[in-house]
Amino acid sequence: MYYGVAFAIFVTMGLAMVRALLGPTVYDRVLAVNTFGTKTALLLAVIAFLYGRQDFLDLALAYALINFIGVLAVLAFFQNRRTDKSNTHEE
Amino acid sequence: MAGVIDGLSWLLLLIGGGFVLIGGIGTLRLPNFYTRMHAASLTDSMATLLILSGIMLQAGWSLATIKLFAILVFLLLTGPTASYALANAALLSGMKPEETGRTVGDKASAS
Amino acid sequence: MIVVSGVFLLTLLAIIAVAIVRTENLFVAVMLTSIFSLLMAANFFILDAADVALTEAAVGAGVTTVIFLSALSLTAERERSLTRERHLAIFVVIVTALVLIYATFDKPRLGDPQAPVHLHVAPWYLEKTPELIGIPNVVTAVLGSFRGYDTLGEVFVVFTACIGVLFLLGSKRDPESAVSESLPGSAGLSHHLIPKVVSRLLVPFIVLFGLYVQFHGEYGPGGGFQAGAIVASGIILYALIEGEAAALAAVPRAALMGMVVGGAMLYGLVGLAGLALGGNFLDYSVLLSDPLAGQQLGILLIEAGVGVTVCGALLLIFHAFAARELA
Repeated sequence: MYYGVAFAIFVTMGLAMVRALLGPTVYDRVLAVNTFGTKTALLLAVIAFLYGRQDFLDLALAYALINFIGVLAVLAFFQNRRTDKSNTHEE
Repeated sequence: MAGVIDGLSWLLLLIGGGFVLIGGIGTLRLPNFYTRMHAASLTDSMATLLILSGIMLQAGWSLATIKLFAILVFLLLTGPTASYALANAALLSGMKPEETGRTVGDKASAS
Repeated sequence: MIVVSGVFLLTLLAIIAVAIVRTENLFVAVMLTSIFSLLMAANFFILDAADVALTEAAVGAGVTTVIFLSALSLTAERERSLTRERHLAIFVVIVTALVLIYATFDKPRLGDPQAPVHLHVAPWYLEKTPELIGIPNVVTAVLGSFRGYDTLGEVFVVFTACIGVLFLLGSKRDPESAVSESLPGSAGLSHHLIPKVVSRLLVPFIVLFGLYVQFHGEYGPGGGFQAGAIVASGIILYALIEGEAAALAAVPRAALMGMVVGGAMLYGLVGLAGLALGGNFLDYSVLLSDPLAGQQLGILLIEAGVGVTVCGALLLIFHAFAARELA
């Protein structure tokens, strides 16, 4: 059963990555990175159980944390650049 | 009793995996940033809840369950916050939730 | 299962790497680098290397992204376009790549059980760790005790990097810190109520989790480097939310310099204590009457030194970039 969930999470990580590559605006990419990070944390929890190594759950917690801080950092950075409107729609 | 717990955890994991896939497909296929935001954040929270509950049922009463509970609380707290901050930043920077014009109904309805 | 997921992750990695090189918007490149780090960490995790995965995630996806973003705010957001072709550069890269690939032909295959490292070195470490050191996590035993010299070098490399960044960016902004209160960037995200409340709840738990990882390094994945990065991330979160001036008031620069210097010195002093008590440099067995307990005490102290130095260095580098931005 864990294999099925791990497979589903892998596929979603791939889809989120496509969105990160495609996304016309910056916010699409940030959304994709956030989703990617959360799914990685879930994947780690599932695989930690698959392997039977339950002390690896610390990693899932650390990843969830890092993802949150990364997204907030991007937004704080973006707020400082908000005065420059041309940054929000590019490519 | 063990069979019931196993079956329940199997069911939770299955539905959680389904939500994850739906969220991924939604993030890719929906037309607008705000709609993708819906797909990503809602399915994220639900999938986290279901998958981690499913694993917790398998772990029984042990240290692993407490750690999983901590991860669950953390993800449920920070996921919606990050989504809110992202949507707020997008809105404040001027991105409008526009009508795509694909709906069959009248265009006079407010966006 | 491992092979399939490994191949899948490595394919995604290759796609992301190509995308990072091809995009000309540096902000996009930073976001994709963050995904690259997460992918690499997942890859390490699947290969059962938990300590490395934790370090890669904490340092690569967390702190490095923040520092790249701070650096980006000082420069332009788009890459300068190429004005001439770079044939010589491509030629050098291709020749170097071919030489490296040729050099790997002599290496044993990855994971080959007949490789010398798996026949001689690894079994020795696995055998000797319970009897000489007595802690369950062999990686920490190798890092802290068997290869303690290398880790001493690593700590001093982190220290030197921090000093190098401080030389380049300088930190003589204190007289103008009163001015920075009026600039919009210094307020952080403080007018967003929800992230502010949630982050204030979380910062103490993040620091606590960092301490847990630090002291748990002997029993599970963890150790000084990861813990330093996690605690630094927590304080960086505080700086992002409340503004950089508030973070400097909470943990002032002098304290950070003290941490960086103190951690490295602690490591050196533990080594010298081994000398003073009659053993070799960095021999922990002589620290206490029971050699096993001495080893464990030695590893505890040096991991503390590593964690403190890494945390101080990352925060000093972050503040060096962030302070520059406000000027």
